[in-house]
Parts: sequence; structure tokens; C-alpha cells
Amino acid sequence: MRSPSAQPKRSTAASIRRLLSEAYPERWSFAAAIAVTLGAMLAGLAMPLLMRRIIDGPVASGDLTTLLWLSGLFLLAGAIEAGMFYLRRRIIATPVTMLEKRLRLRLFAHLQRLHLGFHDRWPSGQLLSRMGGDLSTIRRWLAMCLVFFVANGTVVITGLAILFYLSPVFGLIELVAMLPMVVISWIFEQKYKTVARRAQDQEGDLTTTIEESVQGLRVLKAFGRGKDRLKIFSAQARALRQSELHKAKLLALLWPLTMLLPEIALAVVLVDGGLQVAAGTLTLGTLVAAITICTYLDWPTRSIGWLLAESNETASAVERYYEFMDTEPSIVEPKRPKRPARPVRGLLRFEDVQFQYPGSDIPLLRGFDLELKPGETVALVGATGSGKSTAIGLVNRLYDVTGGRITLDGVDIRDLGLAELRTLVSMAFEEAVLFSASVRENVAMGSDRPVTDEEIEQALAVAQALDFVRELPAGLDTQIGEQGLSLSGGQRQRLALARAVLAKPPVLVLDDPLSALDVHTEAEVEAALRRVMVDGTALIVAHRPSTVLLADRVALLADGRITVLGTHQELLHSSPEYHRLLSTMEDDVEAEVAVP
Amino acid sequence: MTALIDTEDRTELDAAANRELGARSRKLLFSLLRPYRTRVILTLVANLVHNMAILAGPLLIAAAIDRGVPAALRGDTQVLVLCGVAYAATSILSAALHGVFVMQLNRLGQDVLFDLRQRVFDHAQRLALSFHESYTSGRLISRMTNDLRTLWDLVDSGMDDMIMSLITMVGVAAVLITLDAPLALVLLLSFIPILLITRWYRRVSVELYRATSSSMAKAIVHFVESMGGVRVVQSFRREEPNERTMDGLAGEYQSAWSRSMVTLGTFMGSIRFSGNASIAIMLLIGAYQVHDGTLQLGVLTAFLIYLRRFYDPLDDIAMFANAYASASAAMEKISGVLATEPTVADPENPVPLTKARGEVRFTDVRFRYGPDTPQVLSTLDLHIPAGQTVALVGETGAGKSTVAKLVARFYDPSEGTVSLDGIDLRDLADTDLRRAVAMVTQESFLFSGSVADNIALGKPSASRAEIEAAAAAVGAHGFIAALPEGYDTDVRKRGGRLSAGQRQLVSFARALLADPAVLILDEATSSMDIPTERAVQSALETVLTGRTALIIAHRLSTVLIADRVLVVDGGAVTEDGAPEELIAQGGAFADLHRTWLDSIR
Ligand SMILES: Nc1ncnc2c1ncn2[C@@H]1O[C@H](COP(=O)(O)OP(=O)(O)OP(=O)(O)O)[C@@H](O)[C@H]1O
Ligand SMILES: Nc1ncnc2c1ncn2[C@@H]1O[C@H](COP(=O)(O)OP(=O)(O)OP(=O)(O)O)[C@@H](O)[C@H]1O
Ligand SMILES: [Mg+2]
Ligand SMILES: [Mg+2]
Repeated sequence: MRSPSAQPKRSTAASIRRLLSEAYPERWSFAAAIAVTLGAMLAGLAMPLLMRRIIDGPVASGDLTTLLWLSGLFLLAGAIEAGMFYLRRRIIATPVTMLEKRLRLRLFAHLQRLHLGFHDRWPSGQLLSRMGGDLSTIRRWLAMCLVFFVANGTVVITGLAILFYLSPVFGLIELVAMLPMVVISWIFEQKYKTVARRAQDQEGDLTTTIEESVQGLRVLKAFGRGKDRLKIFSAQARALRQSELHKAKLLALLWPLTMLLPEIALAVVLVDGGLQVAAGTLTLGTLVAAITICTYLDWPTRSIGWLLAESNETASAVERYYEFMDTEPSIVEPKRPKRPARPVRGLLRFEDVQFQYPGSDIPLLRGFDLELKPGETVALVGATGSGKSTAIGLVNRLYDVTGGRITLDGVDIRDLGLAELRTLVSMAFEEAVLFSASVRENVAMGSDRPVTDEEIEQALAVAQALDFVRELPAGLDTQIGEQGLSLSGGQRQRLALARAVLAKPPVLVLDDPLSALDVHTEAEVEAALRRVMVDGTALIVAHRPSTVLLADRVALLADGRITVLGTHQELLHSSPEYHRLLSTMEDDVEAEVAVP
Repeated sequence: MTALIDTEDRTELDAAANRELGARSRKLLFSLLRPYRTRVILTLVANLVHNMAILAGPLLIAAAIDRGVPAALRGDTQVLVLCGVAYAATSILSAALHGVFVMQLNRLGQDVLFDLRQRVFDHAQRLALSFHESYTSGRLISRMTNDLRTLWDLVDSGMDDMIMSLITMVGVAAVLITLDAPLALVLLLSFIPILLITRWYRRVSVELYRATSSSMAKAIVHFVESMGGVRVVQSFRREEPNERTMDGLAGEYQSAWSRSMVTLGTFMGSIRFSGNASIAIMLLIGAYQVHDGTLQLGVLTAFLIYLRRFYDPLDDIAMFANAYASASAAMEKISGVLATEPTVADPENPVPLTKARGEVRFTDVRFRYGPDTPQVLSTLDLHIPAGQTVALVGETGAGKSTVAKLVARFYDPSEGTVSLDGIDLRDLADTDLRRAVAMVTQESFLFSGSVADNIALGKPSASRAEIEAAAAAVGAHGFIAALPEGYDTDVRKRGGRLSAGQRQLVSFARALLADPAVLILDEATSSMDIPTERAVQSALETVLTGRTALIIAHRLSTVLIADRVLVVDGGAVTEDGAPEELIAQGGAFADLHRTWLDSIR
């Protein structure tokens, strides 16, 4: 699946600024860490000076009276330097990791609230790679690079100032050597960021392949296609490797350059200074001092290359992060939510509903009208792919209608609070979605309130799932594996059904809820369902006459709208289309298996 | 099997377990590097020369000042300029070599990473379903993303500096010993605290990094599940409970990271302090020695200057130790997956089977999914002659899918044998088995990608015409052609772009294209409307001639096209015969049949 990602639009600086604005609450910690880092550098600088004092003073003169005192000072500087090393990490550890956690939780919360249209469009690995890799990149930058950026920058500027003070010519030489860096880094930003972004996207795609290959393992095993899948995976991994090497190639050009320029400057300072000393315009001491400063500036200047790379990488991770965070959920709470009158009666109406999936050229539902009276059960039938599941997904606003409206007790569902609507409408999907948790947790999800085991058992009893749950090794506490795959198909479906009926909602929406059940169990579930559905309104998608019989009325969906409506018997006789859809088998079977 | 991975979520291990894990990870690392031996050496050489060039720099500066400047004062600027040019030249050389080194190191690292990725992916594909059922996709994803990234960090950061540091330390140590051997001995003593600190750090940090790795894995598992089931999450307002869970997991990760950063701080600080303190001590000793006249002042000066140079690189080495601890925690987990034996493995000496007839036999088969789960099948004896169409019926949870999964060798029976054409499935090569047996699983899984690709999974070499023919045979051609891009339409994750019935049709077409001797259909039409199901059935009647078929269905219309019906109840076959016979006998199947007839009236 191609990810619908765009090319980078923002500049690195803009992305980094945005990240920094997130770090605003932690600004004092960062400031402290920078101060401590500079402190460590100063202490580091003090030690050789002290050492010189000791050697030139007490040791050289043979007068050891000040030796202990000076050595103590030296040790103190050493201890301060070491302490600062510790403090830098100590100060930064909690703020940085808390910031990362905050960003992670916010992304997770946001993704959970984004409309299904978004989730349809984005491959799962792209979500995951933002959640994992990108945020780790960001953390690393905040923990390491941000501090060094400022600290090293300060050192470079101070160093330059001292050089200018010592000799303007030396200052100029060093400055001129640094100028190309600006150009280089500008070119580098353009190139490196594009590649970094590509690599991150490719990593997302690779993650998608891993996820799908594990989740679809049964299919791969059934057809022995593991090797073919490996080929796809390898091709993607190779592409990722290519991008990483492209990045490396850029670094292999950049790093030597950032390394070389200050060295060349140093060589020039050396020769020029030497000549000046020879000419008598400079003292040897000044030259030595200038060279010492140049060598001292070596690492900070050199680190610019590394910092640039990391910053571009981070900027593109930040971009990817906000690509999602800036997507507004299209299914949102109304400004002023209305509350339906209590008690909720459950009058559900589709009024001239239109629906079109984004990206498709014709609407799937075109003037879908249907009214479910309070307490009524309506079956929705229609050919495969006619739009039944789509239609019922509109009821709890997994998708919003693109035209017309759906009302509950006369209120447009878009005017109801989202949580309220979803509490009033309970759903079971055609493919049972279970989570790797206990049976109890999976069923209890159906209610907002804490539920007692008794209630859960009642719901399980309706779904005829109580017997098998009791037989599970730990009963209600049995952990069902990922996606519930350690249960049989019918067992999964019944758990999902129990979840839907648990809260006894005013509106129950079931998508082909009995497709995986044998006829006996099906009949038992139907009998139980009939009992619990007397109070609430229910909309049930069905393919089989047996399920249709649950309903008071049946609606036939064809060509994007309800074409006929009536009881099963009525429609069998009055609608040829309905007859074709639901009863052809009957004649056929009678003819074929004439039971002796 | 689980013995190897059950240590995964523990962070503190006893010494023996630690050693075992360490040995396993190292073995993996060496086996990964072995193919690249010469390149490893070349890369190291490039780095070595680069560092020599860097070390030459200060010498040239010294030469310029000590010789060049005095010469220039005398009017001879040649030496000075020469030194400057030489300095520039070594800089260029060392920079160029550094570029080479960066490129080589990356290439090496990426190659190793690529190999490892492939190895893990391939191994995961071969591991048994029972492994994956307990391991979960999220954890595997975490191994292949988060843990692999940690490994890359080891290469990416530190490797370069570390090598430089080692060289410097060795070089400087040599200089120090030549300067004054007794004083250098004191230096050795200063290594005792450093070694102790390092040992402490290794122990603590590995535990912390284990915690970061496994808490990340847990967060990923939760994330994958929540996003995969986002429909249910939203419908049942699970957003907040999920966020609370994520808050806990992200909190675990956060605190592990935070602790490991602080621990690293303690480590780096202590190392630095040990270095600084030993310089101070040496300064004192030296000062007294000079005072006593046992040491020359010049020697002490040189010694101290070099001493600082000696301790500086310790930082880089400490950082490398840190990256290594983090990588070895990741390696432990990855090597754990790789060391897990596939329980349903390819035989060593497979019995060849080029053209299967399709005779399936269960002999005394008992089966349970795990050691502590109840027995699902008890003593199943079954013979399905080649070419027969057999229907399995029974209540949900009776064990029908389990029988099917045993034929497709998703699992091996706990006792007894399942055989194809008289050959135990355990003796068949995977490729032979898969050519002979294809299965439409109860949950029709589609991969993201085009419809055509999904159908072609049944037979990768199939032409577009073959794919379309297979689709047409099950009556799927119409809807596929109507999709915006026809057969090239992306069905999106898990086939979400299609309706449930359409997904089943695609899965069906896939199985037909595979053209197997034994076709297993597990509830393959349950989500289709009746006319579509009927079309599929009539297609089946032609398709199934000359094939063995195992059909599982609750809709008896499908069952009635079978030659033979098996009623499965409580893990055993309770009725066995032609449909008409069983109906006439008046047992469970007759009962089912009656209920079904009632239901469709
Ligand atoms: N996310 C989507 N984006 C675009 N088109 C979609 C999407 N989901 C479904 N469709 C298309 O919309 C049509 C209706 O799908 P829907 O799932 O509503 O059918 P259905 O009536 O429930 O069918 P079934 O009986 O097979 O479950 C199908 O043709 C399908 O290809
Ligand atoms: N992977 C698994 N791990 C543990 N137990 C399992 C696993 N798969 C199935 N079971 C258990 O084995 C029993 C038989 O399951 P199976 O899937 O064979 O039933 P089935 O006859 O196909 O039912 P259905 O008609 O509902 O699909 C069930 O009780 C189920 O809970
Ligand atoms: Mg549907
Ligand atoms: Mg089954």
C-alpha cells in the first residue's frame, strides 16, 4: 500500500521551532542543562590552567607550601566537571522523556479519535512508525542535540570573539573558513531532509508489511507463500537500505568538509602567524594562544555536521508527526449538543440519506429512506456489496452521511453528543473484533458503567455463549489471543454479540450477527434475541431467511436505496427481486434433495 | 519452545541466564558479521589511517612552532610553510579517509541490518502458528523495528569515536610508559575503580534497557490492537480506557528511559571523576618526586599533558559501552525469536510428492492446542479417498476448523498421524504439501495491495487472464471489474475497501487459482447473499470433480453437494455417511436438516 504522504513542505527551522514550542513547559530544565554543559566546559578549561600553575609554581620553584592547596583546587575542578556531566543528564532525563510520553499519548489519543475515513486511507505501519521511531528520534534530539547546539554554538562564538581580540586577521581567517558551512548546510538541508523523509516513510511501509504478514499468516501458510512474502519484504528492506546509504553518502561528504574547513583555517593561521612572528608583528605567546583556541574550537565546529544531520532527521520526524496531528477529525462533536427527551424511545429514521466513499465517483447510497419505529426490529437485506454495512455504519457516525440526515427520536444524530449517540446505539460488526484481553473485558466493553459478572453472564446467555465460556480454562478470566483467534469462529461472533447486547441499548445494530453459527445455535440465539429486543429498536443486516424472521419488517436495499419494505411473507410474494435474493435456494433444495 | 522467549519480559535475571543470553546474542552478532570479515577489516584500516593522520596534526604544529618559527626568524620561511602545507595535507587526507570510513561503516551496517531483517522475517514466517498466537504481531513488530533500530544506533553512533579512542589510549599509554614506567604503574591502579564502575554499569544498564525494550513492545502491542480495531474502539467509546492503558505503558517506557539516562549520567560522571582524581594524585606524587629529584620536571610536564589525553577518550568508550548495553538487550530479544525452533517444521529428509492424488487419512489423532488447554479432538480415525467431497458439520466450537487446520498442517497432531496419499504430513516438504493442499480459512484475510495480487497469492505465476478466469468462476468478476481501477484497485488494509461478501469471493478465487488436489473450504460462503452463494456452489460442482474437498458449512445447502457428511461433536465424528443416508437414519444430521428446512421456509 502506498502511503499518501506528501513531500516536505516546511523548512527544518520551522519544524524545529514547532517542536521547541512543545518543549516550552520544560524550558527551564533545558536552560539548566545548557548552563551545566557550559559549566562543565569551563571546569574542563580550568584544569589545564591549574595544572600549569602547579608545575610553573610550586613544582618548578621547589616550594611545596601551596602545592596541596592548588592540588585541592584542581581536584575540585575535576569533581565539578564530573558532577556537571552527571547533572546534565540528571536534569534532562525526566523532562525529555516526559515530553516524549506526552507527544506519544497525544498522538495515540488523536488517532483514536480520527474518523474511519482516515484509518481507511493510511497503512497501519505508517501510524506505528510515527508512534515508535519518529518519537524516539525526537527524544534523542531533545536529549542530546538541543543542548549541544546551544552549548557548542556559544563556545564557537566565544572562541571567535577571543580570536578577533587576539588578532583580527586570525578571527577573519576562522570566520571565512566557517562561511562555506552556511552554504553547505543549506544545500545539505534540502537534500538530506528529502532522503530522511523517504527513509522514514519506507520504514513505515516495511512495518506495514511486517504487521500484515503476521496477521495474515494463516493465509500465507495455507498457500505456502512465506517465500513470496519474504521477497516483497526484502524488496522494501532493500529500498530502505538504499535510502539509508544515500543519507550516508551525503554524510560522507558533509562530515569531512565540516572537519576539514577548521583544519585548513588552522594551517593558514599557523603559517600566517609564524610569518608575523618572524616579522615581529606578533608575539609567539599570542600565536600559541590562538592555535590553542583553534584546536579547542575543533570539536564544536566539527559537531555542526552531526547536529545538522540529526536536526534534519528530527525535523522530518516532527513533520510526519504533525501531518497526523494537524488532520482534524471529520466526525466531531456538535457545538451545542442536544439531548434527546428521556426516556429515549428509539425512533430511528434515515431521511433521504446519501453516502459516497471518498475517492469513489458515484454515491453508494442515493436517497436511502427508512423508518424504524420504537421497539421495532427491521431486517436490512441486499446483495453482496449493496451497501448494507455502509448504511448501518452511519447510524453511530463511524462515517457521516454526505447528504440527507439520520434522526434519533427526531434529533439529527449529528446534533447529539458523540459519546451519547454511541451509548444509545450498540453495534456488532460482521467480523467480530476482539482484543487480547480476558473474555470479561471483551464483553464488558459494551457498557460505560462498571458491570457485574451477573450482567455479563446474562449477555453471554443471550448469545448462547455462556456454556462454552464456562468451559474455558479460566472461565470469564480466560485470555483470548490476539484478535480472539484462539476461539472458534462462532465463539468469536457470539462474544461480539454478547458485547453488543450487554448494555440493553435503545438501538441495537447487528451486521449479519449469526453468519458463523450452526442452525441449532442460531435458533437458540434468535429466540433469546427476540426476548431481549422487545424493548429496543433493532436494525439487523441479514442474508438468510432464518435471520430475517427475527424482524417485524424487512427492507430491501438495492441501487443505493430501500426499494421495498414489508414482512418477509409479503415480500416473498410481492417482490420478485426479494424472492430472488432470499428464496431461490428453497425450490432448488426441495427439488434436489427430495427426501425419501 | 516458549522456554527461550519466556524470559523476554523479565528484566532481572540470574547470572547463568544472563550468561546464556549474552552468549546467544554474541553468537548471532558474529554470525552476522562473518560474511563481511574483509570489509570489517578494511573499514577498520581506513579508520586507523584516518586517526593516525589526526594524531600527526599536533606534531606538525609543534614542529612549526619549535622549528619553523625560529627558522623564519632567521629569514628561512621554508620550514614554516612546509609545516603548514603538511598540516593541510594531513587534514585533507584524514578528512577524505573519514568520508570513506563513514560510507564503508554505513554500508556494512546496513548490509548486516538487511541480513538480520530478512533472517528474522523469514524465521517468523516459518514459526508455527502456536508461537504467533502467544507472541502477538505487536511484539514481533517491536523486535523488527524498535530493537533493530537500537542495534543500528550502535553502528551509527559511537563506533567511530570508540575506535579513535582506543587507538589514542593505546598510543598514549605507550608514550606514558616510555616516559616514566613507575608512574605509569600508578596509572594502572587508577583503572581498578574504572573497571568496577564499568562492571556495575553493565549489570544495571542491561536491566534498564531490557525494560525499555519490553515496555516499548507492550506499547506497540496495545497500539496495533487499538488501531486494528478502531471501529470497535470508537463504537464502544473505548478511547479513554485505552488511553489510560497507554498512559501506563508509555509511563513504564518513560520511567525506564529516564532511569537509564540518569544511570548513564552517574556512569559518565564517575568515570570522569576517576580520571580527574587520578590526574590529581599523579600530580601530587610527581610533584614530590620532582622535589626529591627522582623525576625531571620536563618529564612530569609531558606526562601530565599526555595523561589528560589518556582519560579524555574514556567518555567515548563509556558512550559506546552504553550503546552496546542497549544493543545487547535488543539482541537478546531478537536472538530469542531466532532461537525458537519452528515446531511445525520442514522435515530433514522429505518424502517427495510431485503429483498428489488427494487421499487424506487421520489415524488415532488426538489434538490439543496447548499443554494446558482441553483436548479438542479425541481419537479421530478418518479416511477420505481421493476425489471425495466431504462436508463437516457440527455445532460451533465442535472442532471442525481444527480438523481442517490439521489437514493443512497449521498444527501437528498431539498424537497419531495425518497423512496425504499415505505419507505422514510431517514427512512432506512444505512446498509439496502447499501445492497439494489449499485452504480458504474461516477469516478471509486480504493483504493491502491490488485485487489481482490478492488472487494471485494462490499462484504467483498466474497471468492476468488466469486471475480473471478464477474470479469469473466464482462470480466475482462483475464486481471487481466495476471497481474504480478494476483488478488493480487497492483493497487497503485487511481488504477494508471491499464488503465482507466480496472479500470471501476474492479468497475463494485465490483458492481456485491454486488448483490443489485437496481443497479445504472453512465457512467460505458464510457472508455471501444467497444468489452469490448459489453461483459459487454451482461453480464448485464443476471445480470439485477430480479433487478431494473438505467443506465446512453451517448452511446445509452447501453441505448437500457433498458425497459424504461427517457430523463432528465434542471432538469426535459421531455420524458418517452420504447426506441422504444420514437424513434417512434420523440422527443428529437429520435433525439439523429438519431445522434448516424449517428455517428457510
Ligand atoms: N472504505 C471503503 N471505501 C470505498 N469503497 C468501499 C469501502 N467500503 C466498502 N466499499 C464499497 O462499497 C460497497 C458496499 O460495501 P458494504 O460493505 O456496505 O456492502 P454490504 O452490503 O455490507 O455487503 P456484504 O453483504 O458483502 O457485507 C462495496 O462495493 C464496497 O466495495
Ligand atoms: N488457536 C487456538 N488455541 C486454543 N484453543 C482453540 C484455538 N482454536 C480453537 N480453539 C478451541 O478449540 C475448539 C474447537 O474450535 P474450532 O475452531 O475447531 O471449532 P469449529 O467447529 O470450527 O467452530 P465454528 O463453527 O464456530 O467455527 C473450540 O472450543 C475453541 O475454543
Ligand atoms: Mg456487509
Ligand atoms: Mg470454525
